Amino acid sequence: MSQHVVPPRVYFAVFAALIVLTATTTAVSFLDLGPWNTVVALGIAFLKATLVVLFFMHVKYSPRLTQIVIAGGLFWLAILLALTLSDFMTRGWLPILR
Amino acid sequence: MADTAASAAPTGHAGSRDLQHHFDSLEQQRDASSLGMWVFLVTEILFFGGLFLAYTVYRSRYPVAFAEASRHLDITLGTFNTAVLIISSLTMALAVYSAALGRRKAIILFLLATMALGGTFLGVKAVEYTHKFHDHLVPGAGFRFPGPDARPAEIFFSLYFTMTGLHAAHMIIGIGLLTVLVLQARKGRYGPGYYTPVEVSGLYWHFVDIVWIFLFPLLYLIGRHLH
Repeated sequence: MSQHVVPPRVYFAVFAALIVLTATTTAVSFLDLGPWNTVVALGIAFLKATLVVLFFMHVKYSPRLTQIVIAGGLFWLAILLALTLSDFMTRGWLPILR
Repeated sequence: MADTAASAAPTGHAGSRDLQHHFDSLEQQRDASSLGMWVFLVTEILFFGGLFLAYTVYRSRYPVAFAEASRHLDITLGTFNTAVLIISSLTMALAVYSAALGRRKAIILFLLATMALGGTFLGVKAVEYTHKFHDHLVPGAGFRFPGPDARPAEIFFSLYFTMTGLHAAHMIIGIGLLTVLVLQARKGRYGPGYYTPVEVSGLYWHFVDIVWIFLFPLLYLIGRHLH
């Protein structure tokens, strides 16, 4: 129900989590984790984005139709990324067409 | 200040000042507006998604040069600006909350705070851009970068200026939207029955915050563990 009014303490809790996650991602970036640096950085970014979408943008309380439209948009983004990267990341796998 | 809460009657009957005739109820009207804003934001997701895709392609091709170039960004200012945007999202959420309760003074205060934080972000961004000009890190004829990776580093900075520049443009538009909201809120236009402009502008503001949540680690943090 969009009529749902989220109490401010939820906003403050989400805000605190976002600040902690920002400090964490900055601190972790100074450690050498090899390929895991990127994984951790993107994982924390996705977590922060999810918190903003669900609570600040009220999607947790939004009608199912709105949630489906958002999921559809993200699916289209996944198509954009997956199809393009499946080309760029596989170039040179085959010796032909060099 | 007389609260608008008393005057608004969100009954959903035809004849309510806030209800357009083609909607059954205020709730349906509000849901339709939010859905419309989300459809727009989906196009924005794909717009910025294309830029993040270009970043991914070039970074996978020149990982070392991107990490080296990233170290030339100011991590202190970047982290500070990230915190500023998160605080601005909090104040925006509280502005929407105040609007839903019809607290006119609080709406205006939280909107002004959000605008001030947005302005702070843009001011810091201007300082960062100035440093890049001084350091010859702006792509073009004047670009100078030590070492063998000058060309791919120039690609990194092209992406940096394109992505942060478009993000800043969205911030400027957002501050413009909030200016209109403040003027309307001063007239007592928003209350429990009708605060859709505050709600959907909030969605836009939070979206711009999310774009930065991804830009910050991908631009500022990828080379910190080197050396």
